[in-house]
Amino acid sequence: MKTPTWLAKYATIPLLSAILLLGAGFVWWFNDGLIEDIFTISCVTLTMVMGFQMFMGNSGILSWSYVGYVGIGAFASAICSMSPQTKRLQIPVMYEFLIDIEMPFPLAVAVGALVAAAVAAAIAWPLMRLSDAAGIITQFALLIVINVILLQWQQVTNGPRTFTLGGMRSTTLWTATLVAVGAIVLAFLFKESSLGLRLRASRDDRFAASAAGINVVAVRYRSYVISAAVGGVAGALWSHYMLSITAKSFYLVELFTILTMLVIGGTMSVSGAFFGWLLITLARQGLRQLELGLTQQGFEAYGITEIVLGVLMILFLVWRPTGITKGRELTFAALAALWSRITPHARQRPTAPAQATSTDQEAP
Amino acid sequence: MSLTVIVEFIVNTLSLGSLYALLSLGLVFVFGIMQLVNFAYGEYIMISAYVLYALGVFTDLPWPVVFVAAIAAGAVMGFGSEVIAFRPFRGRSLDALLVTSFALSVILQDTVQLSISPRSKAPPFPGFFNRNVTLFGIVTPLRSYLMIATTAVLLIGLSLLMRRTVLGIAMRGASENFTTARLMGVPANLVISAAFVISGLLSGIVAIFWTARSGAVEPLMGSAPLLIGFIAVVIGGMHSLVGAVVGGFAYAAIANVLSLTLPTTLLSFRDAFMFVIVILFLVLRPEGLIRGSYAEERVG
Repeated sequence: MKTPTWLAKYATIPLLSAILLLGAGFVWWFNDGLIEDIFTISCVTLTMVMGFQMFMGNSGILSWSYVGYVGIGAFASAICSMSPQTKRLQIPVMYEFLIDIEMPFPLAVAVGALVAAAVAAAIAWPLMRLSDAAGIITQFALLIVINVILLQWQQVTNGPRTFTLGGMRSTTLWTATLVAVGAIVLAFLFKESSLGLRLRASRDDRFAASAAGINVVAVRYRSYVISAAVGGVAGALWSHYMLSITAKSFYLVELFTILTMLVIGGTMSVSGAFFGWLLITLARQGLRQLELGLTQQGFEAYGITEIVLGVLMILFLVWRPTGITKGRELTFAALAALWSRITPHARQRPTAPAQATSTDQEAP
Repeated sequence: MSLTVIVEFIVNTLSLGSLYALLSLGLVFVFGIMQLVNFAYGEYIMISAYVLYALGVFTDLPWPVVFVAAIAAGAVMGFGSEVIAFRPFRGRSLDALLVTSFALSVILQDTVQLSISPRSKAPPFPGFFNRNVTLFGIVTPLRSYLMIATTAVLLIGLSLLMRRTVLGIAMRGASENFTTARLMGVPANLVISAAFVISGLLSGIVAIFWTARSGAVEPLMGSAPLLIGFIAVVIGGMHSLVGAVVGGFAYAAIANVLSLTLPTTLLSFRDAFMFVIVILFLVLRPEGLIRGSYAEERVG
C-alpha cells in the first residue's frame, strides 16, 4: 500500500503525539502521585525543548538566551495569575499596577508567551546579524543580562528571594501533556513552513541563502521571536507547576539539561528533540535514584547525573554529532526500516527504498 | 581627600586591570588559534585554586613550591583538556567544540563538587601577601602591587615569546591563518598545545591572585573570572593579544567607574550593565578597541 505524500511527511506529528498521549494515559491510569509529578514536569521540559529546537535546530545558532525567555514567561504569567491579596502578602515591594492584575490561568500563560516574545522582539534584531564567536558571546551575554535583571528586580520578581505563587497547581497532567503535544505540532509545522525552510537554508549556508534572496537576518529574527514565545509558554507552565520559583532556575543548569537533550537526540529534527528528551529524562531519573541511593549509603553523590550526561554529550558530539536521529524524522517508512532491522526474518528484504524516505528530504 | 580618591581609583584599576588582562589573555590565546570560546577556562582557574588549597593545607611545602604547583596544574588542565576533549573536534564544527567546552566545564565543576565538597574552603597564603602597605598616601594590600609587577613581567615575557621565538612567530602565523601557517610547515599540534599550555599557565597565575582577593575556593568559582574574561575580550578585541590586555584594563576601569557612580539601587544590576556594554560592542564595533586581523563572518 502506498501512503500519500503528505501523510508520509507529516506522520511525525501523530506518531510523536501518540507516544506522548499513550504515556500520559498510562500515567493517568496508574494513578501514582510521584509518577504523575515526574511526567507532568517532563512534559513542561518537552515544551521547552521544542521551543529550543525551533530556533537552535533550524538556525544552527546556539541560543543561550533561550532559558532567559523561559524565565521571563514564568515570572510574567505568575504575576498575572496571582490574586492581588497574595501578591501584597508575598511581595510587598511589588509595583502597584502589577499587584492589581489578575486573570485566569490560560490567559496568564498567553501573557507569559507574549511578554517573552515582546522582549525578544525588542532586543533581538541587531543580535541576529552576528554569527560564530561574536554571536555566541552575545547570546551568552544576553542570558546573563536577563538573569541579572530577573534576579535583582525586587519590585517584579521578588529579587533573589523565592517567588511563591500560592494556591493550587494549575499545570496538571493533561494541561502539560496537551501543551507539549501542541509544541510538537508547532515545532514540526514551523520546520516545514516557508519560514522554517528559509531558516534551515541559512543554517546550511548563510551566504548561499542570502544569494538566493533570503533575508537571513529577518528570517532569524522572526524565528527567534516565535521560539521565545514557546519558551514563555514553557516557563508559564513551569511556574504554575512549581508554585515557587527563583531566577536561579532559569540559568546554565537548565540550559545544560535541554542542550544535552537536543544534542543527544539530534538538533536538526523535531523527532531528535523528542527522543533526546525521552532518553535524557529516563536517564536522569535513573541517575537521580542512583545518587539518592548512594547518598543514603553515606556517599555524597550529588553531581553524578551532570557528570554522566556531560560525558555522554561529548561522546555523542565526537562519534555521532548529528545525534541518535541523524536529523531524520520519525515516519512510517522509518519505522518500517527499523522494524526490518530488528526482526531477523525480514533481513533479506530490500530496505533501500524505505531508508530513502526516512531521511530529512521530501518523500518521493 | 579627592586626590586620595583619585590615587585609590588608579591603583585599584591598575591592579584589578592587571588581573583581568591576564585572564583575557588566557582566553584569547586559545581563541586566536582555535576560534574556540573556551567555557572550561574558568574551571582551569578553579582547579589551580584547589591545588593551592590542598597543598597549602595538607602539606608543609614552602609557598613558592605551592604557587608553582598551582600554576603547573593550570597548564596541565589546559594541555589535558585539549588532548582529551578538544582534539577529536579538530577541523569539525565550531558549535560542537563550543558545546564540548561547556560540557567539560559542567563535568569539572560537578567532579570537584562530588569529590571534594560543594562548600567553600579557605586556602592559606603567605603573610606578606595580604599585608597592608601605605604607598602614595593610600592603604592597599601588598598583593595589589605584586599583581601589577607580575603582570608587567609576564607581558614583557609573552611579547618577547611572541616576537622573538620561532614558536611565537608560528603561533602568530597560525592565528592569522591556520591553514596557510600549516602549509608553511607549522605543526598544528604544537601550536595548539602551546596555546592551551600558555592559557593554562595564565589561569594558574590568575587563580593565585583571584583566591588571594576572595579568600576562598569553591567548585563554582570559575564562572566569575570567565565572565569577566568574556567582557574584557570583547571590549578589547577578540583577535589580538594587545586587545585582550587593553580590554582587561578597560573592564577594570568601567567596573570601578560604575561602582562609584551608579546609585545603590542600581548597583546590583552592575553585571547587567557590563553585559549590555558587551552586546553594544559586538553589535556596533565587533572588532573591539584594538583591531586585530578581523575576519569575523557576519551577515546583514
